[in-house]
Amino acid sequence: MPDPLLELRGLSKNFGALTVTSDVSLTVLPGEIHAIIGPNGAGKTTLIHQISGTLRPDRGTIRFAGQDVTALPFERRARLGLARSFQITSIVPGFTALENVALAVQARSGSSFRFLRPVANEKALNEEARAALDTVGLGRVADRGAAALSHGEKRQLELAIAIAMNPRLLLLDEPLAGAGPEETERLIGILRELRSRYGILLVEHDMQAVFALADRISVLVYGRVIVTGTVDEIRDHPEVRTAYLGEDALA
Amino acid sequence: MTAPFRKHALALATLLALAAAPFLGFGDGFALSLLARAMILGMAAVSLSLLVGGAGLVSLGHAATMGIGAYTVVAFDAAGVSEGLIVFPAAIAAAAAYALVTGAVSLRTSGVHFIMITLAFGQMAFFTTSSFSSLGGDDGYTLYARTEWLGTRILDNRLTFHFLCLGLLALVWVGGNLLLGSRFGRVLRAARENPQRALAVGFQPYPYRLVAYVMAGAVGGLAGALLANATEFVSPALLSWTRSGELLFMVILGGVGQIGGAILGALAIVLLEESLSHLMVYWRLVFGPLLVLSVLFLPDGLVGAPLRLRAAIRFASPKRRNADA
Ligand SMILES: Nc1ncnc2c1ncn2[C@@H]1O[C@H](COP(=O)(O)OP(=O)(O)O)[C@@H](O)[C@H]1O
Ligand SMILES: [Mg+2]
Repeated sequence: MPDPLLELRGLSKNFGALTVTSDVSLTVLPGEIHAIIGPNGAGKTTLIHQISGTLRPDRGTIRFAGQDVTALPFERRARLGLARSFQITSIVPGFTALENVALAVQARSGSSFRFLRPVANEKALNEEARAALDTVGLGRVADRGAAALSHGEKRQLELAIAIAMNPRLLLLDEPLAGAGPEETERLIGILRELRSRYGILLVEHDMQAVFALADRISVLVYGRVIVTGTVDEIRDHPEVRTAYLGEDALA
Repeated sequence: MTAPFRKHALALATLLALAAAPFLGFGDGFALSLLARAMILGMAAVSLSLLVGGAGLVSLGHAATMGIGAYTVVAFDAAGVSEGLIVFPAAIAAAAAYALVTGAVSLRTSGVHFIMITLAFGQMAFFTTSSFSSLGGDDGYTLYARTEWLGTRILDNRLTFHFLCLGLLALVWVGGNLLLGSRFGRVLRAARENPQRALAVGFQPYPYRLVAYVMAGAVGGLAGALLANATEFVSPALLSWTRSGELLFMVILGGVGQIGGAILGALAIVLLEESLSHLMVYWRLVFGPLLVLSVLFLPDGLVGAPLRLRAAIRFASPKRRNADA
């Protein structure tokens, strides 16, 4: 077995009396899509926050690419190759789609303490940004203001930004939420292509998508991983059926 | 090429008008000193606009950097030093150092807290200058001589001084625009609109904001050194928080969307102040309502007015109504 790209050990987090993450241990291998499913309020987003560095866990460790990153802030983890998307779309509305992505390229291409040269003319940044937009199928709206994009396009833009970071691991928090059937098809196709390049930790409600994409699935209930397994194992797991999926969902 | 030109047309036209003004009947001492004041305050306002509109940092203590620049000139004057090659760099450095120290603390906060803490630092600077009894304390200090350059007294010539101020104002404006369009500026703008996004791609906004804060402080120091020369008198009033508020007023009236707006804002306020103070005693009473009106009817400020006007005309034009019918 290859060394895991991401390894969580005994992660715990409380908000006051509420336990949102309870002794979570899991791994993501290189090239693997590890999906996390669970009912609303199970603590999936909070877990992503802790992995990306926007929240500190109370206990436990996070190892990324062989390094303990538990104490590293958000932006430092990003520079190490940990890219995340947000459940609620987070883009720079006043930028064009291209500039949103170029910002991510810029972050890993030399110093940004450059004060005079117009960054909009930096070919190297723009070309890489355009390539990332093409990957997610947004090439034709590159020069449109990000605020003017449709909801689905914004989700895709966020994915393009993450790709442009040239990351090693993608943390995706419900990337399909709110997308129409066609956009969902397209996004699933994109994620399938990306899996060879990155490890992906995928939080997603769309069961069809999860079963189509995931190599392994962990089920989170009340902050605790109740089971981790392959698609078939999860589909047939009795506790999962009762706790989360509901009998009819699998009928 | 035409789009950026149109965007900056109004600010550019204002600078050209300022260049022509001395030859169009505004060449007397009174008019020139008024215009010099407007240009110098415009410089400080442009640097504040860089913070407010560019980086999203609403400072209510920017006048302190101007005051420190001015007091540096005064302190050297008291020590018998008036060489510009010493005085001006010192004024800029002193203001930048102040910005570095206060910015390092202030920038750890945001929103209303940032406004309050910049105000507090500004007040500290204000009371510090008031206590310099050797520099006149509350009463202020009258400059013995204007700053010299390599021993020559070129600043004494009002026309020279006019074009020096204009040149520096243009430089600050062009430099500020380049800055906002650079890699550095893009990080600032991204962090203003969505700091979470900036962090997510790997940018910690703090160092970028601090550098911007120091740069704006340096420009404030330069403006202060010029102002001391323009008025040949410096008092703590220069650092009062109302002065900072006035700079902010200039930025908002001019339009936060473009740093060039601050030039228009400064000019408008200095000229308005002058004409109103002749007309009535309580002219300051008019200022408040004026700001309210400008925010209501010119949300993009003076620089945004032509576009807004054009849109209004198009909306009201019969052609459009016919097209809709
Ligand atoms: N900052 C917070 N303070 C207090 N409670 C929170 C906070 N963030 C999330 N929670 C609570 O933690 C639980 C898990 O939330 P979340 O991680 O968003 O769940 P999921 O993403 O699985 O729907 C919810 O009950 C939520 O209300
Ligand atoms: Mg969630």
